[in-house]
Order: sequence, then structure tokens, then C-alpha cells
Amino acid sequence: MAGVAFRGVSKSFGAVTAVDDVSFDIHDGEIVCLLGPSGCGKTTTLRLIAGLEGPTAGSIHIGDRDVTMISPKGRDIGMVFQDYALYPHMTISDNISYPLKVRGVSKEERASRAAEVAASLQIGNLLERRPGQISGGQQQRTSVARAVVHKPQVFLFDEPLSNLDAKLRLEARGFIKHLQKRLGVTSIYVTHDQAEAMALADRIAVMDGGRIVQMAPPLEVYHRPANTFVANFLGSPPMNLLPVRLERRTGVTRFVADAFTITAEGWHERLQGRVDDGESVILGVRPEHLALGEADDPWSFPGELYATEPLGPETLITISVGDALTTLRIFGDDPPVVDGRVHARIQNTNLRLFREGGERIELG
Amino acid sequence: MNHHARFILGRIFFYAGACLFASFFVLPLLWLTVAPFNTLATLSLSLPEEFSLANFRRVFANTFAIRALVQNSVLQAGGAMVLVTITATLAAYALSRSSIKGTDVITYGLVLFSSVVTGTAAMVPIFLMIHGMGLIDTHVAVILVFTGGLLPAAIFIMRDFVDSIPRSYEESALVAGASPWRVFNDIALPIVRPGMMVIAVWAFVNVWGGFLIPFILLRSSGKMPAAVAIYSFYSEAGTPLVTLTAAYSLLYTLPVLLLYLFVNWKYGFRFFGGIKS
Repeated sequence: MAGVAFRGVSKSFGAVTAVDDVSFDIHDGEIVCLLGPSGCGKTTTLRLIAGLEGPTAGSIHIGDRDVTMISPKGRDIGMVFQDYALYPHMTISDNISYPLKVRGVSKEERASRAAEVAASLQIGNLLERRPGQISGGQQQRTSVARAVVHKPQVFLFDEPLSNLDAKLRLEARGFIKHLQKRLGVTSIYVTHDQAEAMALADRIAVMDGGRIVQMAPPLEVYHRPANTFVANFLGSPPMNLLPVRLERRTGVTRFVADAFTITAEGWHERLQGRVDDGESVILGVRPEHLALGEADDPWSFPGELYATEPLGPETLITISVGDALTTLRIFGDDPPVVDGRVHARIQNTNLRLFREGGERIELG
Repeated sequence: MNHHARFILGRIFFYAGACLFASFFVLPLLWLTVAPFNTLATLSLSLPEEFSLANFRRVFANTFAIRALVQNSVLQAGGAMVLVTITATLAAYALSRSSIKGTDVITYGLVLFSSVVTGTAAMVPIFLMIHGMGLIDTHVAVILVFTGGLLPAAIFIMRDFVDSIPRSYEESALVAGASPWRVFNDIALPIVRPGMMVIAVWAFVNVWGGFLIPFILLRSSGKMPAAVAIYSFYSEAGTPLVTLTAAYSLLYTLPVLLLYLFVNWKYGFRFFGGIKS
């Protein structure tokens, strides 16, 4: 078992910088999700750990070894690829035991260990088939079996669920988390699906433009996003971001937008010394922290109903405020009946404030 | 004329045309299966009055022609086949996987020039080069020149096979702990093997049927391949002895046929393909 660390790692492909001066420590036994949009550098980061790419600058450590210049062969890792990368000419048994074969393990032991791992992943009845003859979910498990069979120090997952259909994906997600906790092996998991990252990770590293924007436990990333990029990337639907101007006069703070004015009762002191009168800021509020309110509530703002989406246990109500859309998540079995003009009330204990540049303002 | 009659007439013309085209391929093949067993065969297609192996007896008496067939042709075609298949596979793998820019240009450029290299136009420089190397009248010369000529197209075809293997196959083997050579041997090679078989048969057939290169590069009659030796069944006046040429031609086609059947039985001209993602 071992942790993984990056020290000032950069990776450029020609003029394109895929990973830009990244440093982090992933602890022994931890599962970390690298989360970000396409091209943010998360897959390159994973390939750097695997040794499939070499860094342009910086050093990479697994356990107490500096593996920067060591080939994949010497890193003792197991990796699950997005397309599973199962060898079409080998049986499932041979596929699973391939890492043992290159380590010179005898044929009998290979077969028995492959059977053992396959049985624990519920694919024990497929050992003699070829990858083309089994389903996508079974291929995915085979690929996981091959990654764990030689008991590596680190697991790497490169979007392993993105080729599965929605139902199978949920099932495989739980299965991977269960397996990771059972084996306790340090794991790094790349995904662009924020729900997957939230569900699996001990910590999430949100990446953008080759840098890690925030690295923290899922709920912290969710509730206290470092900036508007993270706020907008996590959550489905994401955090509502409302640009407003601050008015701080005679002991009262107001958030003023073209379409509404909110009198922020009790917030004057909290913002003392952190923002200036007249400063433009962004209000960030999660859909579940908005409720249907009354016009005379100081924390409510009006909008025109745009769409109502009943989802079963909850209903999404989208309203247009000025020229932007804001979404409310209302829990309960019965969708509320709304029409025309709607007032949304902010549960202000969960309100976040961001500067115009995107960075979150720590409140008092 | 009503529609129905027009349709029937159209079909008749279509089949007549198709038969005319097919006859160009079928008639010579039919002749080749019948004429060798006819002691009175002519260039026209006719069933023998008496089925006879006399033609073959006379062909086997011609030791020069038989040695050309079972020794020289096999040596030259087999040698070039092995050399082309191995080098084309390695080259295609390197070209496909290398990060060097311009490998596409190299591949296409080679294919473009390969038609010139084996062509008649290049025979004089090829002769001079082989002469300079002191390889005139050797099997090696024939094998090398054929290999050089076939390699570009072979690399081009093989590259398509190699390109179709997802890189993740090899990367997953690398991560599993395999050395690069092992990755090639365990993963890439078995997957491209059907492609290699295509190249092997194709190269063999090309050399087997090649006349000009051995005719120009070889001197001694003991080294001539069958494609050249077939001229020993011509009369002094330069006209072919149809009966013997027919029998020899049939023998000449058999190895190619057998090679094809063997490869098809052993490996099959098929492709594993990637896994749908």
C-alpha cells in the first residue's frame, strides 16, 4: 500500500499545456476523484501516474519511491481503461491473469487466481469466453478483475463507467466503491460526472485548465466551492449564480439587481471589511436552498415561471429572473402548483458569495 | 412494348453482358482444368476424347522445369514471403505507433514509388545495383528486389491493420507490467496475424508469378523459377507446345492454391476486431 504524490508536475504537448504545475498528496488507502470538463487535464494526470506519459517538469512519487523516470512496468499499478482494453484474442481467464503471466506466475496458479478474483466479482462463469461474447457490464468487471489480480499498490480508473447504460452505471459505481473499501488500495478515479465523483470519492480534486482548482471532501466541495467554476460544475442542476451589486449604507446591506433588491438582514456585520459599498458580487445558492416565498419576504426575489419538472421525490421549478434562469428544487411527493409570477426565497444560511472574478468570499 | 416485356429484355441483356465478362475469367480456368489431361489439346476449349496423364509424364521428364518449380520458385517466393511479412509488420507497427511526425507522408510516399521500383522502368538501375553488389545470378538478388518492390504496399496494408488496434490494449499491457517487446508479442502480433497472412499469401503469389526480375537477374538455368522455366516447353520455333504448357501450368498453380487453403484453414482470413465501445 502506498500514497501518491505530485510535486510541481507539468506536462505539455507541443504548445498545449495539459497539466500545469500540479502538486498534491493522495493518502494511503484513499480514493480520490479527478473531476473536470473535457480537456481539463484529468486523464493526462492519471496517465502521468501510470507512467504512460512522462512529465515535462516536476516529480511523481508512489509510496516513498520517486517514480518520475520509472516505466509503467516498475510502478506496480492496476488500471481500468475507459474502453476496458480487453484483449480480444484471449479468454476472460487469460485476460484477467495477464498481469500474473508477465510476472512469471505458473499456469496453474494463474488459472486459480483468475478464477478466485472472477468469482468475487460475479463473473466466475465466464472464464472460458472471449471479450466479444460478454456484455458491457461483464467486460467492465473483467477489466476491474485484471486490475486487481496482482494486488497492486495503486488503482487507476479512467472513466470506467462512461460506456455503461444509466442503470448499470449506478450498480457498477456501488460495486467499485465497495471493492475499493474492501481492498483498501489507494485509488485515483477520473470522471467528468460530478455525481459519480460525489458518490465515490473520499476527496474530489476539481480540475480546470490543467490546474487543480479545489481538492477537498465531496461535501465541502459541494457546499463550500472555491469559486464559481466549481460551484457551477457540481450539483445537478448546478448552483444558481446571480450577479448583484452591493449597497452598504447606514447599517443595512442590500443586494441589488435589475430585476430585484434583497435586503440582507443580519448580513451587514458578516460582510464587514470583506466587501465594499458598490462592489459587484455573485450570489451563489443551491436549488435546494431556494423555496417558494412571498413577495413581502425580504429574502425573496421574483421571476416568471419558465418550466416545472416533476422528478418523483422532488420537483424542479425554473424561473426567469431578468435574462437569467434560476432553478428551485422543491422536495415532496406532490409537485407545487405555480403559475405566472413566482417568488423564490433564499435560505440565507446557505447563501454563498463570490467576487466578480469568481473566487469565494469567506464570510464572518 | 409494355413494361413487363421491357423488364425481361433488360434482364436478358444484363445477364448476357455479365456472362461475357465472366467468360474472360472462367474460360481460361476451364481450359486449365481440362487441357492438361488431353494429349491432343489445342488452344480451344474441348473435352479430351481420352483422359490421359501422358502430358504430365513428359513434363516430369523435363528436370530443368521441375527443379525450377519445386526448388527455385519455392525458395524465391518463400524467401520473399517471409522477409516481406516480417519486415512489413515491424515497419507498420513502428510507423503506426511512433510519435514522429510525417509517418503518413512516408507511408504514402513509399506506396507511390513502389510502383516505379518493380516496374520495367527501374530494371536498368536495379540490374546495375545488383551487379555492383556482386549478387547477379543468386536467389538472394531475386528475393531482395522482390521484397523491396512489395514492401511499401505491404507496409501500407499492414499499417491499416495495426492502426485498428486501440492503443489502450498495449497501454493496459504496459501497466500490467509487460515490456514493450512483450506487448508486441503478446498483444499486437496475435491481433494482426490475419493481416500478416494476407500479406504473406499476396507476397508469395506476386513472386511466384514474377517473370521479369528473375529473367534479368539470373543467369544459370539451374536457378530459374517456374515462371521462366515455362519457356522450356516452347518449340525451337518459339511456339508453345500446348499440351505440355497446359500440364506444367496446372502444376504451377497448385502450390499457390495449397498455400491459400492452408492459411485459410490454419488462421482464416478474418480479423478479431476491436471491442465495440
